[in-house]
Amino acid sequence: MSLVKITGLHKHFGANHVLKGIDLEVAQGDVVALIGRSGSGKSTLLRTINGLETIDKGELVVDGAALHDGKGDLRALRQKVGMVFQQFNLFPHLTAGQNVMLAPTVVKSTSKREAEDIAKEMLLKVGLSDKFNSFPDQLSGGQQQRVAIARALAMKPKVLLCDEITSALDPELVNEVLAVVRQLASEGMTLIMVTHEMRFARDVGNKLIFMHQGRIHESGDPKTVFAAPQTPELAGFIGAVQEA
Amino acid sequence: MAYQFDFAPVLQHSDLLLTGAAFTLALTAVGAVLGIGLGIVGALCRAWKISPFDRLFGLYVEVIRNTPFLVQLFFIFFGLPSLGVKMTEWHAAVLAMVINLGAYSTEIIRAGIQATPRGQIEAASSLALTRLQTFRHVVLRPALTRVWPALVSQVIIVMLGSSVCSQIAAEELTFAANFIQSRNFRAFETYFVTTAMYFVMALLIRQLLMRLGQRFIVGRPR
Repeated sequence: MSLVKITGLHKHFGANHVLKGIDLEVAQGDVVALIGRSGSGKSTLLRTINGLETIDKGELVVDGAALHDGKGDLRALRQKVGMVFQQFNLFPHLTAGQNVMLAPTVVKSTSKREAEDIAKEMLLKVGLSDKFNSFPDQLSGGQQQRVAIARALAMKPKVLLCDEITSALDPELVNEVLAVVRQLASEGMTLIMVTHEMRFARDVGNKLIFMHQGRIHESGDPKTVFAAPQTPELAGFIGAVQEA
Repeated sequence: MAYQFDFAPVLQHSDLLLTGAAFTLALTAVGAVLGIGLGIVGALCRAWKISPFDRLFGLYVEVIRNTPFLVQLFFIFFGLPSLGVKMTEWHAAVLAMVINLGAYSTEIIRAGIQATPRGQIEAASSLALTRLQTFRHVVLRPALTRVWPALVSQVIIVMLGSSVCSQIAAEELTFAANFIQSRNFRAFETYFVTTAMYFVMALLIRQLLMRLGQRFIVGRPR
């Protein structure tokens, strides 16, 4: 029984057909790495999974919350799917703790005290229990991104989407964020991530998806796929990434 | 210069001036709270294109910003009674100020809302907040923080503009000054003192509102 099931998904931006029939199943506990060139549709695919991009055609089901041809209960879907962004997107007027508390109190009507406990627990999980009262602009990029992870986890999502979450970080801050993701994976969190960290995708992921021109071009076990890509496009992509 | 300055005939009416100033401040306080409140609603409708209110607020903003405050005031106080809508000079004065400030603050606050980074709204959406929850908890405070100095300036402009309410016999500071001047004919002294009072009030309001903004809107020490 798959946790996320995508069937025949199509998406256009105007005349541009960006997703041309995606079929994808993700099981509980899977760690999926989405890779591909810029413009291949990988970020768009990720963003459709919690409704940030609308779907023109096809079906998306996450743990019972479904969208048929883009119609359905978006908020029910979003409560199952957390998301972490490249640019962190913390709310600048709230402290780290308040950032984490906001959605549980506003969306789930959790009491303030209970939300505070959740926030403390989540900040502890990402190693920032001492930053509860810090504002985002008082934190480093890596710390901000970890708060953003804690904020998403506070809603107890079934799946966590990560959209190039280390791409805006200084190189020395990348590892502290990856360490948190690695820990989540080891705890059994279902993760779908768009990433340029190929080594991380290979080491932590159990499923690799290579997007090319709006389609899933090749997929499989990361170690196998990296060692022996079956298509010239993926071989070329891996080569280009490794040269960099 | 032959003119002998004599401030005593003005200062003997200081009770009138202070009462007038108090009414000016009260008008401004009520006008500012309701006017900014109206501006927040208008800005929400305009910035997030909530039909049909976005167009109604658009029309309202254009009408108010392109007509004189004095004429707006006369329309409310002298014009509306023809339709059976009668009110006291104070109610008319407050209403005119709220309507006037509401239009300007709609545009000021809208600018603050539209400067919200898209990622903030996407983050709120991804956390399953509704549009209204996103506005209230994520968008509004940073938006007001961004435009607060402009909003404070607009409140002061409206406070100074409230002097025209003397024309419908609302007994605020300018009304008191006109009354005193008509008694003692000390125009220079009377309006000199009145000018100084407006000046001090404007400075105090700016200080007060900037502090309140820092405390309640920005919500953290600088």
